[in-house]
Amino acid sequence: MDRDPVEALAKAAADGVEFDGLSARLDGERLHVATEGSTTTVAADGTLADLPAPLAASVTNWFYWDAIAPEQSAGRAFLRWLEGASEGEQSTVPERYDALETGVSREWGQLLLTARLADQGTRRYEVRHVDDQDVPISELAVKTALDDATAIARRDDRDRYRPLKTAPTLPRGWVFPDLGPDAVLSIVGELYPATIENWYREREGDLDVTHYREAAQRQTGRYQSVSELPSEALEWAAEACCVDPECLKRREWDETEDEVLDVPRGDGSFPCREPCSLFVAAAKEWTSLEDEATRTYEIELTPSERDQLEAIVDAVADGQTDQIREADLGAGANRYRARYLRAKRFEGDASGAFEMADGSDPSEEHTTE
Amino acid sequence: MPTLVVAAHGSHLNPASSRPAHEHARRLRATGAFDTVQPAFWKEQPHFREALRTVPSEEIYLVPLFISEGYFTEQVIPREFRLAGWSGWESDGTSAVAATLSAQDTAQTVHYCGPVGTHDAMSDVIVRRAESVTGDPDVGEGVGLAVVGHGTERNENSAKAVRYHADRIRARDRFGEVQALFMDEEPAVDDVTDYFESSDVVVVPLFIADGYHTQEDIPEDMGLTDDYRTGWDTPATVDGHRIWYAGAVGTEPLLAEVVAERAADAGAEVNDRLRTEPERSGDDTVSFC
Repeated sequence: MDRDPVEALAKAAADGVEFDGLSARLDGERLHVATEGSTTTVAADGTLADLPAPLAASVTNWFYWDAIAPEQSAGRAFLRWLEGASEGEQSTVPERYDALETGVSREWGQLLLTARLADQGTRRYEVRHVDDQDVPISELAVKTALDDATAIARRDDRDRYRPLKTAPTLPRGWVFPDLGPDAVLSIVGELYPATIENWYREREGDLDVTHYREAAQRQTGRYQSVSELPSEALEWAAEACCVDPECLKRREWDETEDEVLDVPRGDGSFPCREPCSLFVAAAKEWTSLEDEATRTYEIELTPSERDQLEAIVDAVADGQTDQIREADLGAGANRYRARYLRAKRFEGDASGAFEMADGSDPSEEHTTE
Repeated sequence: MPTLVVAAHGSHLNPASSRPAHEHARRLRATGAFDTVQPAFWKEQPHFREALRTVPSEEIYLVPLFISEGYFTEQVIPREFRLAGWSGWESDGTSAVAATLSAQDTAQTVHYCGPVGTHDAMSDVIVRRAESVTGDPDVGEGVGLAVVGHGTERNENSAKAVRYHADRIRARDRFGEVQALFMDEEPAVDDVTDYFESSDVVVVPLFIADGYHTQEDIPEDMGLTDDYRTGWDTPATVDGHRIWYAGAVGTEPLLAEVVAERAADAGAEVNDRLRTEPERSGDDTVSFC
């Protein structure tokens, strides 16, 4: 800290200062400082040591938010929210400092963000996976650089590429233990891009939502077809892609402003303001698939085999296949059970397992109409 | 200091696609030449649509990490960044410099620069790539250089950019021979050895990222390997020629300077630090503390 906070406050107090319950006024060489229940006057060139403790806390708090924390409104609002200092939260500065001494934590997607008080009111921030909440730092990989966040965001715990940064698949096992205010915003921005900015816009009543039909209309080239996705299919697509187990954003877009989707929006902290590129790419596939007419098929299955097909679809759709134990033959989606079903019903000419009910040629079944 | 946004394609499938954008952004941050360096993507996050709001600056230099002028630089990027009043660069296909526009949703001033691939300095990056892959800083004499592009499948400017750099490098008289070759048109990269007399030929694909084309198609088409999954030697011997296959030019560290040059050409006051810290390889991670 280059300047003493009192010296900085004296300079600012020439125009009067009102911040977080602190009032300061400069009267010639005297600086009048007041908070609720405490007032004092010090020399304009005084130092923090001249102030009683509660006032000193309010002055360092002012200094942090005036001189150290970023001015940019979204990032600043986020850091204020992080330590419970948002508008409408009535804690006093001493109360907030008491909490910051031990650390104030908030969740942001799968992140656990903790603000702590450092020297002379400066805040330091920690970022880790929320599931690593109780893991000692000594057991986590300590990270410091923006590049580390880029690498963390790239692959999940199974080393698979994460095409969607807001998917709930952030890997565990790392911690950024000691970040300044600009750095913590950069790290969160790298792990969950633009979430702080869109959250802030939403708080300000200024979120620019683009609904599906409008977003689809904008698409060109290979994606031009997505405007033809039927409304019913759009519901299924949102159910497939945009629910909490798939994406931590809270969907704020609908089919149009007036045509609201039935699919739950999700409980995420940060909003989704328009269909993302992954959704548009998926919509392109479903638009194409929905172009096919339905046919009626006949297949002979035992009731258990019918149940098994449902279990397999559920296991794949919910990403549960790797959680079914190798020898759990009671589970329909067990690998041996699936292989048995394939051997019995689908081996050889697979399409032959499903007879066309109208007796037509199964080889024409992909013909679009 | 100027604020820079690097616009790249990205991928839902291939993590290598966005690596050059992240790597060059890292290098440019390390120089301290820019106040903020923010990558933005068509297929990843932050998406083009939302990138400007993450940059707390009134004035932005927007540089497309693309090889040629075309669909993405002319249509997709201006549309997705909501650049009001965009009507083109008045370019012949390789001569775009910059257009100054306003972003509709953030009201920021955006200096929309031409793609890195058509900047004159890209010729230097191609040469640097040849130096890197051969390990010879003076490579050239008696050596052939093939600059490889996709071709005219959708965009004739793609081939123009390849020929442009091949012509410029040929005019330097550094390499024994220089040819522009293509995947989808003649002269074809499949027949690379037909176009060179030199026994050593360096092949540099004018692509931003390593992916399907540069790591699967081209190596197999040239006969470096029967199966890309088993890899290939560098150099690999094909029809009596030694082929030094460089991989995508966009992964060359020097490309970061081309990004900065694009911003500088559009009026950014890029400080001298950029040019005093050349990097051939290695890691210059910047830590926050």
